[in-house]
Amino acid sequence: MYTIVERQDLLPKVHLLKIQAPKVAAAAAAGQFVILRIDAEGERFPLTIADWDVKAGTVTVIYMEIGASTRKLAKLGAGDAILDFAGPLGKPTEIENFGTVVCVSGGFAMATIVPIARAMKEAGNRVISVVGARSKDLFFWHDRLEKYSDEMIVCTDDGSAGIKGVVTEPLRDLLASSTKVDRVIVIGPSVMMKFCSKTTQPFGVKTIVSLNPIMIDGTGMCGCCRVSLDGQTRFACVDGPEFDGHKVDWDGLLVRQKSYVAEEAVAAERCRCKEEGCGSHG
Amino acid sequence: MAKAGLNRIDMPKQAVAKRIQNFSEVATGYTPSDAHIEAARCLQCKKRYCVEGCPVNIDIPEFILALREGDMPEAARILKKTNSLPGVCGRVCPQETQCEQACILNKKEVPIAIGRLERFVADWEREHSAEVNLPKSLKPKSGKKAAVVGAGPAGLTASAELARLGHDVTLFESLHTAGGVLMYGIPEFRLPKDIVQGEVEYVKSLGVKIELNAVAGRLFSLDDLFKQGFQAVFLATGAGLPLFLNVQGENLNGVYSANEFLTRINLMKAHSFPEYDTPVKKGKKVAVIGGGNVAMDAARCALRLGAEEVSIIYRRSEVELPARKEEVENAREEGIKFHFLTSPVRFLANEQGKVRAMDCQKMELGEPDASGRRRPIPVDGSEFEMDIDLAIIALGTRPNPLVMQSAPDLQVNPNGTVAAGISGQTSHKAVWAGGDIVTGSDTVISAMGAAKRSALVMDEYLRSL
Repeated sequence: MYTIVERQDLLPKVHLLKIQAPKVAAAAAAGQFVILRIDAEGERFPLTIADWDVKAGTVTVIYMEIGASTRKLAKLGAGDAILDFAGPLGKPTEIENFGTVVCVSGGFAMATIVPIARAMKEAGNRVISVVGARSKDLFFWHDRLEKYSDEMIVCTDDGSAGIKGVVTEPLRDLLASSTKVDRVIVIGPSVMMKFCSKTTQPFGVKTIVSLNPIMIDGTGMCGCCRVSLDGQTRFACVDGPEFDGHKVDWDGLLVRQKSYVAEEAVAAERCRCKEEGCGSHG
Repeated sequence: MAKAGLNRIDMPKQAVAKRIQNFSEVATGYTPSDAHIEAARCLQCKKRYCVEGCPVNIDIPEFILALREGDMPEAARILKKTNSLPGVCGRVCPQETQCEQACILNKKEVPIAIGRLERFVADWEREHSAEVNLPKSLKPKSGKKAAVVGAGPAGLTASAELARLGHDVTLFESLHTAGGVLMYGIPEFRLPKDIVQGEVEYVKSLGVKIELNAVAGRLFSLDDLFKQGFQAVFLATGAGLPLFLNVQGENLNGVYSANEFLTRINLMKAHSFPEYDTPVKKGKKVAVIGGGNVAMDAARCALRLGAEEVSIIYRRSEVELPARKEEVENAREEGIKFHFLTSPVRFLANEQGKVRAMDCQKMELGEPDASGRRRPIPVDGSEFEMDIDLAIIALGTRPNPLVMQSAPDLQVNPNGTVAAGISGQTSHKAVWAGGDIVTGSDTVISAMGAAKRSALVMDEYLRSL
């Protein structure tokens, strides 16, 4: 069992958990993830490591309530425990002094990109962060990202903060400006990563994306998370999750992510019935 | 070829119509009277060919004699002396090519049903473990620490042997449950999971500590184990990396590797979705590509999920099928269709990106290849389309490279297996390896045999320190 030592509600549906897992904390690196299983009936699902504390022996994950399992997780708080917590998984982000690195994030990935921005900064890079959200109420960990960024560019769909529009626009402006960009890293919803990759491609700037396909074991034994890269099949859990965004078959990935939409709806409905006590589901 | 029936006692089974509706064990096991009649046929040979045929050299005539004399605790003790997983082996070993093939009776009539008797004794012991506390014959503590990586059949066997020999053993497992392929691969209807867990508990009772969720190559490297004070390591991470066909459309929704399909069902209990949270696709027309035991298991699982038609697609002919005859027979009885000399060339999608059909071509057999089996050659112009809504690829597996990536000084063969000598010695002086990580996908019992040989050599090494 892995004890939750702290919970923070960052947004109405986005929560942070600090979990006691000293060995995982000691081995973690930027860009890696964990696989959780809440209870004996639970499914295994991946979450990116947002932070870790070797001394305290804790690993921090941030997640959004989107389906049955994340809603189940949202019922737990400090003092509760989850059954399984395996990690760190995946290859760590390639960290080097590239020169200027642009870190683009959206949604709750604005937290998971922080360890990457930190590692890039510590490696001597000039870090420019581009953060996007629908509106200004959906920002969090802004201060943390700012700490490791030489420059911060904020965008909102509704214009309530920063530039009005999506992240691809300032990204294109940056690449077209006199700033020499050596590497772009994008973490966020697949559609955002796809369009950021399309934005950077004409400029020939290496663009790393952190893919989020469906996973089960997370150790390379099933191929559920397979993605096509320039026609070659790769397993995101062991070969990634970070890949060259210019090589990813985005449409294939987007279709595979929707494999279980019908089943997810059944599970979510069952979850809702249980919460509301409709009585027809044990 | 086994001579049918004669005087060997048949295994009672669930009726076909009933068993395809459930995931319960198909073979229901000998009754005490079945077991006694079968045991009475054993000639108690002086020259024990059967023991030589067993990869872990169980004292077969002795346990059969104890059973015959009604001394069940003694029969169980004899089994457990050499085999920590008799309930598993009695069920999944290919006895027809091992102990039973070597049985002297095989020359004239039919061999003793050694596997079924082993299973009978193991099941008896499990049901009576509370009142019959078998002695564990543990050697005095050596004060030496050994790490075993991977809790499949090889890892469990090596751990049990090393613990019996007096060493302090920690077993590291990447999944949330110990058992390896016994838990995620072989379905409940061939190997009930409570039997596997019962045998895991037995291994723990010998003093083995099991650390779950411990992913070798990520959470720790081989060097980390030595830094933590382990003095010898046994690598048994198996061959879990699935092979794909590398044809067009293979990444469509509805195309599974057998490992994924079986893991969802066996380990995650997706057949009980939504009581369990993991979903699995239930196809109506299912194609399983491959001809081994894993293909049979996947096909029979798909049928039990409610498929109308399940087909095995195999590129060679029936003679070359690598699956156990008994499993092919079970699959046939259950209505699985077989398409021999057939190979997929591409998968076709519907407008939602889900598989709707598979283009196949017919094959003919040419000269024998490196494996000694006749090589399939495509027949020109023989392409045809088969309507399917689920495909499961069961072409075999290779060792997972994760562990090896974390141990650069470990010598690895071009096919991804770890290079190891007969007792499992690797290029690293304190590291042994055994089971599928060395041989590529093979049987449970050969993995256990390899583990046992390594444990004995590791014992010598540890004592020499």
